[in-house]
Amino acid sequence: MVRLVTHNLLACHAKDCNTNNFPLVFQNVQLEIREAEFNPGFIQSFLPKIEWNALVKTAQELGDTSLPIDQPEMIDDELLKNLHHVLFEIHIVEGAMICPNCKHNYPISDGIPNMLLAEHEIA
Amino acid sequence: MSRPELIAPPEIYYGDSEAKKYTQNTRNQQIQADMTYRALELLNLPPEEPAFLLDIGCGSGLSGEILDQEGYAWVGVDIAPSMLEVALEREVEGDLFLQDIGQGFGFRPGSFDGAISISVLQWLLNAETSHHTSSPPHRLHRFFTTLHSALRNPSRAVFQFYPSSDDQIQLITSTAQKAGFGGGIVVDYPNSKKAKKVFLCLFVGGGGGQQEIPKGLEGVEEEGSKVRFERRRDRERLRGKGGIRKKVKDKDWILKKKELYRRRGKEDVPRDSKYTGRKRKPVF
Repeated sequence: MVRLVTHNLLACHAKDCNTNNFPLVFQNVQLEIREAEFNPGFIQSFLPKIEWNALVKTAQELGDTSLPIDQPEMIDDELLKNLHHVLFEIHIVEGAMICPNCKHNYPISDGIPNMLLAEHEIA
Repeated sequence: MSRPELIAPPEIYYGDSEAKKYTQNTRNQQIQADMTYRALELLNLPPEEPAFLLDIGCGSGLSGEILDQEGYAWVGVDIAPSMLEVALEREVEGDLFLQDIGQGFGFRPGSFDGAISISVLQWLLNAETSHHTSSPPHRLHRFFTTLHSALRNPSRAVFQFYPSSDDQIQLITSTAQKAGFGGGIVVDYPNSKKAKKVFLCLFVGGGGGQQEIPKGLEGVEEEGSKVRFERRRDRERLRGKGGIRKKVKDKDWILKKKELYRRRGKEDVPRDSKYTGRKRKPVF
């Protein structure tokens, strides 16, 4: 399962691909919504690690516009609920992730992204 | 000791049938669970705080299940598709990635609060092709540098692995140090042939005071931690060697014979005493 919580941490790791390699862009995706247990404490502690702009952009590409474009200073319950839905309940089952810089294609099948590189792409 | 890493690369060795076998073996499950709990203990995460962990070489999710139980969110990477398939069937909570750890990670800096890895590092020590990126030092270097940046400061990474020589330990620790890690090797039950476990305990950052390498467990392994059916195996082994077989001419047998001779009226039958049927001292 690729969830946005891990997608938000993932950059391209191919050889010489060091700038503009984040976030990976989803392509031809099939989504699945699976309910998950709401854990506000975890979201709060995870918030500093999140790249807000990348998260909002990706969520919008996947058709979810519940998050504000600018990261709000105050965290209220509604924001936490929305974040929970975006981060943990949207699963990408099929499709691909494309690096915006080197255009490397990481295919996703059965919810597992294939991050393997060919020999010439290994740094 | 079997060394599957010498037979084939992991993604081939752990094919469909081997992946199933590995996961369903109760002995494997028990050992994996024990080592995962021990690794978590060495990881020394702050209690009562949610943490986001990386499971390196998560396989079929045996260790991931324990992370789920303990309430950690986690991401698992493994190179064997069949193992990941089994993990999917077992419906573990973590996100799974098909990834060769020797090629390095693409995670953003500071992503994880810790990393564990059970029985994986030894797989990095074999070159599969002659390409220069396939040499163990290169793969280890790539692995440790990208892992170091993916971990939060301060945090820890704990690896249980099976080194086959001191040179391997040396190579692994020196590469990790070059990548910026502190820490070192922790050996549990160093004097036991079977229970001995080697953990590599790495630190990112000092966090003010220098982090101290935890002590390995010592002494005799307690009874409860033994694998089931071990005692039966011991007993069967002993029986095979004749260790448990009763002596034919023991004290009862001697007393019976003497009694018999007396009844038949035989002369000079020695009397019964506390020395009857007793083994002589070796100096005799």
